[in-house]
Formats: sequence, structure tokens, C-alpha cells
Amino acid sequence: MKVSKQWLNDYVAVDDLDAAALANKIELSTVEIDDVTRLEEGQKKIVVGHVNSLVPHPNSDHLKVCQVEVGADEPYQIVCGAPNIQSGQNVIVALPSSWIAGHNKIKKSKMRGEVSMGMICSLQEIGFSDSVVPKKYADGIYVLPADAVPGESIFPYLGMDEDILDVDITPNRADLLSMRGVAHEIAALYNRKVTLPQPELVEASETQISDYLAAKAPKDLAPTYLMRIIKDVTVADSPLWLQKRLWNAGVRPVNNVVDVTNYILMDYGQPLHSFDYDKLATKEIVVRLANEGEELTTLDGEKRVLSASDIVITNGEKPVALAGTMGGANTQIDDASQTVALEAAVFDGHRIRKTARKEKLHSEASTRFERGINVATVRAALDDAAQMIANLGGGQVVSGVAGQELADQSAKEVEVSLDKINHVLGTSLQATEVSQIFTQLGFTATEEAGKFTVQVPVRRWDIDIDADLIEEVARLYGYDKLPATLPAGQATPGQYTAKQKAIRDTRKLLESAGLDQAISYSLTTPQKAQRFAMEPAAQTDLDFPMSSDHTTLRMNLLSGLLDDLSYNSARKVSDVALYEQGRVFFRDEDNDRPREVEHVAGALTGLFHEVTWHDGKRPVDFYLTKGIVTFLLSSLGITTGLRFEATAKHEEMHPGRTADIYLNDELLGFIGEIHPSLAKEYKLKRTYVFELDLSKVIAAPKNEVVYQEISKYPTITRDIALAVPAEITNQQILNSVWANSGKHLVDVRLFDYYQGEHLAQGFKSLAYTLVYQDKDATLKDDEVTAEFEKVVTALQTELEVTVR
Amino acid sequence: MNLKDRLEELKQNSLAEIKAASDTNKVNDIRVHVLGKKGPITEVLRGMRDLPAEERPKVGSFANKVRDELTEAIANRRDELEIAKTAAKLEKEKIDVSLPGVPVKQGQPHVLSQVLDQIEKLFLGMGYQVVDGPEVEEEHYNFEMLNLPKDHPARDMQDTFYITNSILMRTQTSPVQARTMEKHDFSKGPLKMISPGKVYRRDTDDATHSHQFHQVEGLVIDKHISMADLKGTLQQLVKTLFGEEREIRMRPSYFPFTEPSAEVDVSCFKCGGKGCAVCKYTGWIETLGAGMVHPNVLKMAGIDPEVYGGFAFGLGPDRFAMLQYGVNDIREFYLNDVRFLEQFSQKG
Repeated sequence: MKVSKQWLNDYVAVDDLDAAALANKIELSTVEIDDVTRLEEGQKKIVVGHVNSLVPHPNSDHLKVCQVEVGADEPYQIVCGAPNIQSGQNVIVALPSSWIAGHNKIKKSKMRGEVSMGMICSLQEIGFSDSVVPKKYADGIYVLPADAVPGESIFPYLGMDEDILDVDITPNRADLLSMRGVAHEIAALYNRKVTLPQPELVEASETQISDYLAAKAPKDLAPTYLMRIIKDVTVADSPLWLQKRLWNAGVRPVNNVVDVTNYILMDYGQPLHSFDYDKLATKEIVVRLANEGEELTTLDGEKRVLSASDIVITNGEKPVALAGTMGGANTQIDDASQTVALEAAVFDGHRIRKTARKEKLHSEASTRFERGINVATVRAALDDAAQMIANLGGGQVVSGVAGQELADQSAKEVEVSLDKINHVLGTSLQATEVSQIFTQLGFTATEEAGKFTVQVPVRRWDIDIDADLIEEVARLYGYDKLPATLPAGQATPGQYTAKQKAIRDTRKLLESAGLDQAISYSLTTPQKAQRFAMEPAAQTDLDFPMSSDHTTLRMNLLSGLLDDLSYNSARKVSDVALYEQGRVFFRDEDNDRPREVEHVAGALTGLFHEVTWHDGKRPVDFYLTKGIVTFLLSSLGITTGLRFEATAKHEEMHPGRTADIYLNDELLGFIGEIHPSLAKEYKLKRTYVFELDLSKVIAAPKNEVVYQEISKYPTITRDIALAVPAEITNQQILNSVWANSGKHLVDVRLFDYYQGEHLAQGFKSLAYTLVYQDKDATLKDDEVTAEFEKVVTALQTELEVTVR
Repeated sequence: MNLKDRLEELKQNSLAEIKAASDTNKVNDIRVHVLGKKGPITEVLRGMRDLPAEERPKVGSFANKVRDELTEAIANRRDELEIAKTAAKLEKEKIDVSLPGVPVKQGQPHVLSQVLDQIEKLFLGMGYQVVDGPEVEEEHYNFEMLNLPKDHPARDMQDTFYITNSILMRTQTSPVQARTMEKHDFSKGPLKMISPGKVYRRDTDDATHSHQFHQVEGLVIDKHISMADLKGTLQQLVKTLFGEEREIRMRPSYFPFTEPSAEVDVSCFKCGGKGCAVCKYTGWIETLGAGMVHPNVLKMAGIDPEVYGGFAFGLGPDRFAMLQYGVNDIREFYLNDVRFLEQFSQKG
């Protein structure tokens, strides 16, 4: 809502207040102010000019050379290209060395050989928005009234010297969507008086409204529905004072009838609609719900197919307007209209909102019906508007009003106690202070034993309960004056749950392992959502997505991480190690809501670290990734029962370089290299990933820490190098070693792995250190030898390996 | 030559040899040769048998003196050589300490996690619990329970991703509060909670809008909670996040689930309140919304608003991080360019 300080001053004295100070006061006490502007700012030396004469420019087919009276001794010669310039007009002249909008300086110049002492301006050139410039001046210069005095500054003529406060209204304060509402608020803030003009209505007694029409409206659709007739109207431009008010409120002037309805809309916050009475074709107005499929062509030329929830205004037969949103083209006021049927009503806000949303017809009017209007001033607004139209259009207001006014206009009684106010605010206000605040607000309040009974006028329909009154007290008292304390009372422990702690530990562990945390989008494409499926589930789709990239809830974290890797690689960052912790969404067919499962995933590509002067480069690979996963899980208490099982069943993964991760028989997740075709799709080099169901990890039984005394006795080691057929795995060898070892084997470590020269085709070499120890005695060499020999023999017979 | 003269000559020769010895092995050779059992001193001492009895003690003591002198000279020379050898070795081992250290690979928490962690830590310390809730919510909890009935104009303020008519992506983390209030047993003490998490709005992504962002909502419900308590709590929060010297300013606002409601500004941490581009020359930066829990919200959760009351607040870590670090495109948070992520590495 754009509020002109000058207009406001008509209702409450504010001319002693600086616009910025006023804005600050409103911000701290009521609602935000988006902006304080003054259209003349940054412009100067722009005056009224009178075009004495003009001749075509000798060297141009469209320019004119004008002699313009600007209050100087001699007329100025100004070259002008506007199509609508004519001799005898009063126009806007930017003098030589003037500044116009957009920080443009105008100089004396020559245009195709002719001297031009400045410029004749359009409204847009002096800073008016296209949306408020009257249509007939949209493509040319603006023409001022005949009584404008040449040489005088243009700013007061056009209202450009007015301070405009752009008030950002919260949904509850729709009472501020009117100048009168703002005036009441300012009066409350500064403890001043509101003075509203009382227009005198003159009705033409020889004609009665009943001669023209009757109006019927069901109370649930329109508790108040009123109509007046103004006859013998001449449609014309509005006077400049009215146009100024409108464009300063952000509204485009159209003609004297439409302008009055808009002016009253801004003044009272009361939407009005004007019909061309003669086009109504019947003598009745009936408000009803539309029939499903009924059609109406609205003012904007759109043919609307209505539904049974839309309120329509009909002439008893067919719709002539869509209530509260837009009139019908068939009854529109035009230049030839003479009899105006003027509607002022209160429509059911919920229905208006629904229609406006459905038809995408949000307007100043619909917004007010949705958020509420002052039901006490419907009639006053109608009368005021009718008289203005009669005055400006040379017509007469027909005697009487059609329709009915059933909306409850009585003040609302709300109670609140002084104790409650102080209890909620943490203040120690006195009853007199609170009474004073209610008085300033224009509420009638009586106090008895610390209890206030407050009569809230209907213009503040946002106030219903004591909490609303407490807010009024707080904001007029001043939020800045409230004390600052901390909640007292019973102490409560503040700590993470075990699950929350495990999630945060997981993040820290992966960071310490060298992975950066990524946070990707939960919403993705169906294809990406479905990839890397860890359990069969249905996908969850948005009903009405905003973009085709974000339609479906992710069922894995890896797709997001691969997007991230791809984004980095496209920007020449090719060494990336990221992890993400977040939720994935698995839906069961018969359920609308998905299960939300905490996962953690990692993705590594390129080098884990660059070559340094000290060490070689370290490309990422399966085993680095596996090391990270093992570190994570063991740090979270999972070591025994952990198993990596080769799998080729993930279609997104390299079939020979992927393992499912099991804890005993429970699948925790998987690890491996992404399939080359997927890597190609993402334009990635070899990329290693893992994804774990973190909720299962958290729920899994943890290895207890069991302290063991450090043995005093030394360990004895034996090394063995084996030539092993390629298909035999490390795990098989380990299984055999442990199965056949005696009681003193405490550790087996792989210390060398080799494939290539010096080995038979299809063989690899694995070398292990076996560590033996007796906790209670010094081991004898021959004991170890015996145990070791047994292991070696078993390996050779069970696995066809040979000792190298 | 008498014995004494031979000893003197031996001493002089040996001392010269010792002095000339260039390494410890040679020194050792000299020791073995001169002081050994078959060495010249032993030999001289053996020759004492032939001396008259009164001469023997004199020569004997002189021989012992020579031996002691040589022993000491050998030891000294050996020490000298050891020290020189060590010094030479250390000299050889000299390194260029200006070469870079071996990098320690350490990943970074996401900047949004850092902000969230800071907030969580503060509130855990003040006895709040951290409560998680579903990201896919029922309309009932996301709106109705928060005093936003269907057709409420404030629903325009937050466009919503619906999944079905009644299931949606939560637009705020407040539904977690509604769920927690319903379950809380007030006989066990007040409810003090924060709920951090992802929220979603039906927005087109651009520099200042994201269809996904984060929110932290806080809630305290007890018998005696005032707006002054809210102010004090938010002061703590703002000082923790933006610095001890920051001040807050509360202004009236509107949220359906609080009454009175407040918008909370913090004094600009770039200019300290003098006015700059960050605060749009107002000295204040809008940071969070707050208010006293609306009686309807309490009632719907089965809490008697005549007995209990409290405050709630909500803030956006994305916005905080943008303000704090001057990030001017919210999309950066979700694109995960490592050059972006790794800038926020300061831990202390």
C-alpha cells in the first residue's frame, strides 16, 4: 500500500513529521515500510511550458520545432518528436541543464540543425511508472490542464513533491489497506486526532432506485450488498487532483467513473464496481453461486468458465460480473455510458480467494475481500463515491439504495486483565498506562479490579482475543522497552539423543577421514531418485512441481553426490571427495507418506591428494574407500560380523568392483566403483562410492570395549608368500588361516600383493605376516613352527596355493 | 738412556701420535699399542727389576704418571673426535625447514552445518532438547495445528509442494513443535526445544530463493514465560552467532502461530549500526521471526492457555550464513563446489 503523506495529512496531522521519522515509527510499532520515496528526488529544473506555436522540423518527417513559453523573457525553441504535441498545450518542459529521471542531464543542444532549449517530457521520462501513466499519454507527452502557469515547477502540479511510504502490510492488518485505516493507526501511534471529511450526499428526489432496479444477495455470499444509481453522467477524464492521488497510490487514472471507484477503494479500503446500467438489460441484480460450466467474458476479454464455488453477480438471468474479482465485459463502463449502477458489497472472503486463485485474478479488490474490509463503512463509501461520480460527471444520484446491509457492525467486546498483560509481556505496567493505550487506539475500555473490558471497533476486525489486545499494548508501549530476561523455572537437561549423537559423530568421522560435507537437494528427477536402490520401494512425487529437475523425493544420496561431482568436474575441479548425510524417502505402495530413513554416502573421484614434493600422488580407489568405510563403522562400534561381499547386482555399479556391506546377515549398504556408463553420463573419471543405511548402523549392537591387559610376553612372527589362483580371494585365505591355526595366532596381516611378471598366468602373489603370542608365557619357537606348518599345509591342500 | 728418559721420550712420542690421530679407531690403536700389556710402558716397568731398590719407587711413580697422562690424553682426544664426528654428522643432516609440511587431509563440515552446530550447542547448553521431525508432513501439522486453517490468507505467504491433498513437504520446522507439544508431559517439567532441519517452498531457484533451505525453530512452554524471556533468549542467540557486541531490535509482525509476534533485527555486524550496503543503510539486519505462542496453538495441542504459555522463534541458517560471509547466491549452498565448501574451514 502506497501511502502519500500529504493525503494522510488530510485525515491526521503529520505535516510536522519528517517522512523518514514517520516511517521509522510505523516500522517499530506496526508494520514494515518497504520504501520512502519522493518522485521529484534527483530531478530539477522541470517546469510547466505553454506551446505557443510549432512548425515541422525542416530536416525531419516527425520532429516539430516548438516555441514554448516557460516563464522566461522569450519563449524557448524546443524540438519535440512526440506524436501528440499540439499548439496551445501546457506541457512538461525540462529546461537546459535540468536533471530528469534516471540521472539524465538535459542540455541545450542542436537536433538536426535546429537549436533545442531543453526537452518536452512524457511522464515516464520524469520517473512515472508505465503502470500509472494514463493510457492516452502512454506513447507521448503529458498534457497539463489549461490553468497551469508557465515557468512554475512541475513537481507540485503532478504530486511529485509528495512523500510516498510503501507500507508492507501483514495479512492480519488489512485495515491498513486504506488511507482511513492508516490514519487511525498513525493517530494511535502519535496520540493524535483523526478528522475524516463528511461528504454531503444530494439525492435527486424525483427518481427512486426502485424505478431502476432491485438487488438480492444471500447473506452467506454477501452479507452486505448495496447498489446506487447515478444518472446523466458524462464520462470524461478526472481532474488532476484525483489523478495525482491515484498515481501516487500506484493506480492508473482511466476516467471519472473508474477513478472514483479506485479512489474510494484506496480511501476506505472498500472495493466498488461500476456497471453501465443500460447494458444490464434487466431491472434486477441477483447475487448467486455460478452454475458449473457457466461462462462469463470478463473486462480483460478472457472468457471464463465458472465453477459452482464462484460467486457471480447476475442480471437475474446471466452473469454480469465475477464477484469481488472482475466485472463482465458486457456491462462495462465506456465513454458513452450515462447511467452508472454502483455496487458496494462485502463478499465471502474464502470464496473470493478461491476464485481469484483459480482464475489468477488477484487484484486490489480481491485482496481486500480475502483479508477483510471495514463492514461499518460500506454505505459511507458507496454514498461518497456516488456523490463524487455525480459531481465529476455532471450527473445526479438517484434517491435510495438497493440491496441490504446485514453484516454485523457492532463493536466486539474483548476482555483482558492487567495481570495477564504483565505476565505475558514481562512488564509491570499500570492500569492507567494500559487505559491510555486503548484510548489512543480509539477503543472504548472500562477497567474494574484490574480487568479491562474493551469495545473494539469493527474497523479492527483482527482483534478477537486477549492475546490480540496484549499485542496492541506491547506495540504501542514499545517492543524496545520490554525487559530482557531468561526463562526461569525447573531446569531441564539439554543433550542429544543417542541417534542424534551418532549422526553428528558420523559427520565428524568422515570429515576427519578427509571428506567434505555436501548438502544436496532432496528433490530430484524420477530417474535419479530411483538409482542405487537399497530396498524395493515406490517413489514419492510432487503433485505440482516447479521444475522438471525437482519432481521426486530422492531414494538414495549418491545421485545428489554424483551431481555435485559432475558440477565440480565441469568447473575443472577433478579431485573431489564428498560425503552427505541426510534422509532418503522410501514409500510403501499403500501409503501416501514415505518412510524417512537416515543414510550416509560418500563419493570420491580423481586424486585423494595431489603429488607433493614429499609423497607421490594418491588416486582414489576401492581400497581407500573401503578403508574409510571400515574406519567409520569401527569408530561407530561395528567391527565383528562386518563383511564385504562381492556383488554384480547393482546396475549402476562396476560388476567386478562392488561389494555389499553386511553386518552379520543385515545389509548395511554397498561400496564400489560406479559403472563406466554412469561415469560417462556424469562426465566423471573413475569414481568410488559408498552408501550406508545409517539408521541400521545406529540400531546395530555395538562392540563393547573390553579391556585386556597388555601381555608381558613377546610376539613371534612368521611370513609367508603365496602364489594364488586369481579367483581365490583374500577372504578365502584368511578363512583358511584362521580355521587351521592353533591357539596362539593373534593377527594376520597382508603386507604384499602382486600381479604380473615372475608369476604364472592367472596367478597372483599374496604375502602375509602371521603374529603369534601366548598371553601367559614365552612362546617357544617350535610351538610356533608347528602351528605355522599346519596352516601352510592346509592352505596348499584346501586352496591350491603354492608357497613361493 | 735410563728408564726415566725412555719413559719421557715415549710420552712425548705418544702424545704427538695422539694429537695427530684423525679418528677414534686410530686413537684406540694407540691406546692398545702404548698402554697395552705388550706395550712399551709395561716393558719399562718390567725393566725395573734391574734397578737398585731405592730407584724403583721413583721410576715406578714416574711411569704411573706417564701412563695416567697418556690415558687422559687418549680419552680427551677421543671425546674431541666424537664431538667433531657428531657435529659433522648433524651438519650433514641439515634440512630446509622452509619446505612445506606434509598436508593433513581433513574434510570440512558444510557451512550450514557449522551454523546449525553453533545454534544447537547454545541451546543444549540452556537446557533445550533437539527434536527432529518428518520432512514429508501432514497438512494438519504443517498448517492447521499452527493456527493456519484452510483458506487462511497467510497460506499465501508460503507456497507449498503438495504430494497429495493432505501430504506435503513441510514449509517450516514448526510442525515438529506441534507434534512435540501434543506429546509433552508437563508434570515432568517445561518444554524447551529447538527443531532444526530442511524445509521446502514452491519457489523458483535464483540468487535469493531456494526451493530447499534450512530452518531452526525454538519453543519454550511453561507456566511463567514472558516476552521479556523471549527477548533475553534471542539476545543470547544473536550474540553467540554474530558477536558479543551485537544488539537486537524487535518490531511487530504477524505469524498465525504467535500473538504478539515480532520481527527481530540485529545491529549490522558489518558496520556496527552506522549503515552500509549489507544493512541497506538502516544499521539493522532482519534475522528472525518470533512471538508468544498463540492460545489457539496451545489449545489445539491440548495445553490450557490459561495455565501455560510460551514463546517460539524461527530462523534461517541459510540466511545467517549468507549474511555472515557475504554469500550472495543461496544456490551455492546446494551445488557443493569444493572451492566453495573448503573456504569455511576455520574451527576456532
